[in-house]
Amino acid sequence: MSGETAGAELVVDGLAIRFGGLTAVEGMCFEVRPGEVLSLIGPNGAGKTSAFNAITGYIAPDAGTILYRGARIDGLRPSQIAHRGVVRTFQKTSVFMGQTVVDNVLLGLHLASRQTPLAILLGLRWVAREERALAEEARSILAFVDLEARAPDLASALPYGELRLLEVAIALAAKPRLLLLDEPVSGMNPAETESFMRLLARIRALGITILLVEHDMRMVMGVSDRVICLNHGRIIAGGTPAEIQTDPEVIRAYLGERYVRAQG
Amino acid sequence: MDQLLQHLLNALILGGTYALLGIGLTLIFGIMRVVNFAHGELYAFGAYMMYLWVMVLGANFYLALPLAVALGVALGALIELVLLRRLQGADIDTTMLVMIGAWIALQNMEQLTWSGVAKSISTPFPSAPLVLGAVSVSWGRLFVFVVALALIAATYALINRTKIGKAMRATFQDRETAALMGVEIGKIHTFTFALGSGLAAAAGALLGPVFVVTPTMGDLASLKAFAIVILGGLGSIPGATVGGFILAFMEELGAGYISSGYRDAMGFLLIIAILLIKPTGLFAQKERIG
Amino acid sequence: MKRALTIAWLLLLVSVPLWLTSLYVLHVLVMTGIFIVAAMSLNLLLGYTGQLSLGHVAFFGIGAYTSSLVSLGFSVHLLPGWEVSLDPQPVWLGMLCGTALAGLCGWAIGRISFKVRGAYFVIVTVSFAEVTRLVALNWVELTQGPMALNNIPYLRLGTPDLVEVSFLRKPANYWLVLAVAVVSYILIRRLVQSRAGRAMIALRENEPLAASIGVDVTRYLVLATIVSAAMAGAAGTLYAHYVRIVDPDVFLFIYTVTMVIMVVTGGKGTLAGPVVGGFIFGLLPEALRSLQIGPEIQWVIYGVLMVLVLYFLPQGIVPALRDWWKRRQAVSQRATMASAAPRTSMEAAR
Repeated sequence: MSGETAGAELVVDGLAIRFGGLTAVEGMCFEVRPGEVLSLIGPNGAGKTSAFNAITGYIAPDAGTILYRGARIDGLRPSQIAHRGVVRTFQKTSVFMGQTVVDNVLLGLHLASRQTPLAILLGLRWVAREERALAEEARSILAFVDLEARAPDLASALPYGELRLLEVAIALAAKPRLLLLDEPVSGMNPAETESFMRLLARIRALGITILLVEHDMRMVMGVSDRVICLNHGRIIAGGTPAEIQTDPEVIRAYLGERYVRAQG
Repeated sequence: MDQLLQHLLNALILGGTYALLGIGLTLIFGIMRVVNFAHGELYAFGAYMMYLWVMVLGANFYLALPLAVALGVALGALIELVLLRRLQGADIDTTMLVMIGAWIALQNMEQLTWSGVAKSISTPFPSAPLVLGAVSVSWGRLFVFVVALALIAATYALINRTKIGKAMRATFQDRETAALMGVEIGKIHTFTFALGSGLAAAAGALLGPVFVVTPTMGDLASLKAFAIVILGGLGSIPGATVGGFILAFMEELGAGYISSGYRDAMGFLLIIAILLIKPTGLFAQKERIG
Repeated sequence: MKRALTIAWLLLLVSVPLWLTSLYVLHVLVMTGIFIVAAMSLNLLLGYTGQLSLGHVAFFGIGAYTSSLVSLGFSVHLLPGWEVSLDPQPVWLGMLCGTALAGLCGWAIGRISFKVRGAYFVIVTVSFAEVTRLVALNWVELTQGPMALNNIPYLRLGTPDLVEVSFLRKPANYWLVLAVAVVSYILIRRLVQSRAGRAMIALRENEPLAASIGVDVTRYLVLATIVSAAMAGAAGTLYAHYVRIVDPDVFLFIYTVTMVIMVVTGGKGTLAGPVVGGFIFGLLPEALRSLQIGPEIQWVIYGVLMVLVLYFLPQGIVPALRDWWKRRQAVSQRATMASAAPRTSMEAAR
């Protein structure tokens, strides 16, 4: 489980995250294969978001290494990791509330732009041309997530479900090769979740690898190629959705001992 | 060597009042998260109140002191209720800018009332200093030192041994939980701001007779108070106390051995140095994102 | 339409010295213009990037002093036996140096600001300005301390043999300041409506999110502070060679406060905000003075005014006006649509 599979896209090896006396993650080893959809599940406090934070550079790991396409990314700043193609969303809805929907996506297109401060200050022609191109691209991203109609509206005016779509749009604008989604459908109603699952399929069709943290089991089982279950900061099981569903460790973690005995 | 002792003694005495300034601000800044630029104005207010009672109204010096402090407390409460209450939930910029507005208004009203001429306050102490071997200290300054220490001790007791002190500490640690536990945050804020302002006024009332009273005396006091808060750690009374003394020592020694013109710069250089060395402030903790 | 308005407005501004009879009012306009440039620079940092820099006057003063010293020449003993001196240089060179040095200090502050955030950053910037003031006050050998730098030369452009333009009189300075102000406005607008400006706004609005999409926090904080500081420094050089006396009071905190008031009441984070705020608080003192209102009461009024704006128009005057205008447009649009004949749904949706 430590990068033996040739061409693994993301390799997490021996990751440990401790907050003073509290251990959030210990001895975590897993890998993400190119083009797959891998889900991390586990009860609250199991360490999923901490792992995300470590992978994307918001927290420095206390032990272990993280490799993306063979290069170490642990210790890098979040913006540097984004540069390499690893982009995340946040558990708590994170958009630029005071800006319009289309401006939000424009902000997300930061990495897609080649403008330098000097070129901007000098008012060079190609800057204006690129601005027009970026505006078009923002529109097409919005169309991809079905938010085109909301383009001129302020983000703060959006209902919850659409805000979460906007989050994904912003992340997509950053041209990820590996997309980390932190509970993307939490709080969504079944119709919105269905719609999101279809969006995930479209994202996957673009060739983007997806690492997902989610509680909604239907969604997890429906979209994932593989599932890894965490509890108390450690991986307790991994496999296909079907295997995970019947794994006694997973059942014990979620529902407690009695249900394991009830099963078997 | 004698000079050094004298400097140290002066610093000790100055430090007590600096500590009062710092404690007042660390409570306000720590519990309410308000960048209180008006803090120095309460310091000046305390000094002017002493002037008013002692020189204009002819009151007894020892009576005027608690009166000046009480008026400082009242002004603080007033500011909190009128200005800060409706800003609950506003971002730190807005609150800070409002306090700047208050600072401008207060200082200029002081200027209007008392004019810019420096005022001195006469004290009931003998003018001959007390000589202790190689060093000498004026009775007035000794009085300041004693009262300052007493106030520091009283504040410490208030925060750590009373019910309201407990509520203040709870609000400092975690506002939401404190509110859920029944702490009336609004009342705590008013009390904190009034207490902090009272301490600043006390510092001013004590130092006013020692130096002179001018409308701009509060400006440097504000900035020095911030230096002390950063030195000692946000919300820590022992920290602000120690910080106050450290700043006083640095100023005295700097003025004595480097140059008196740069005396006031000591505090600022200290701030810049600390924040560069320990950039996350004095409470570095891993933050959880998301 | 907007273009035509802007050009008309500019032409009006350019024409002012031709018809304004009062030299005193012209002087007030020059000073207001200088402050507007400084306010625009502060707006970039405070408004767009969301950095609470309250030491901005330091950059202004550094620009003023540097330009003055370069054009006057100076000689100091840095260490016993080590003298550093400079002969008087042309004023335009001094102005460039002043702008550059201010920008350099901005770079330093920008690097610091990455490590020190929020309220602590406020305190660091205020302290930096105070230290600069105390240095200007005490390093008498260099700055003449409270005696001030006097007889600072005015700007001269061109060659003495052919064409020479002197910026000694008020009209010339007015046009110079106007030109600098227009250039500054254009630079800021270009910056703000581009990738760099968006990065700064992203930092202000939601820093973790900005980092997750690749915005290099340090880089853009530093960029904002460099441009902002250099622009303030340029304003300082204009001041130095117009007023031609510079003393340590130029570093007083009250001038930072003035700039802050202009930006905040005008509307931080908008292009027009600091201009509107600058005009209001540049001209208001004169209006109040003509009403025989003393400086103390004036300041009380400014303080109260700022607090009132913060309570009732928290975004500032320009955004409030904009919102009001939008609401009026919406109302009249609904009225027109209600009275118009029904169209196809395609046309109506546009």
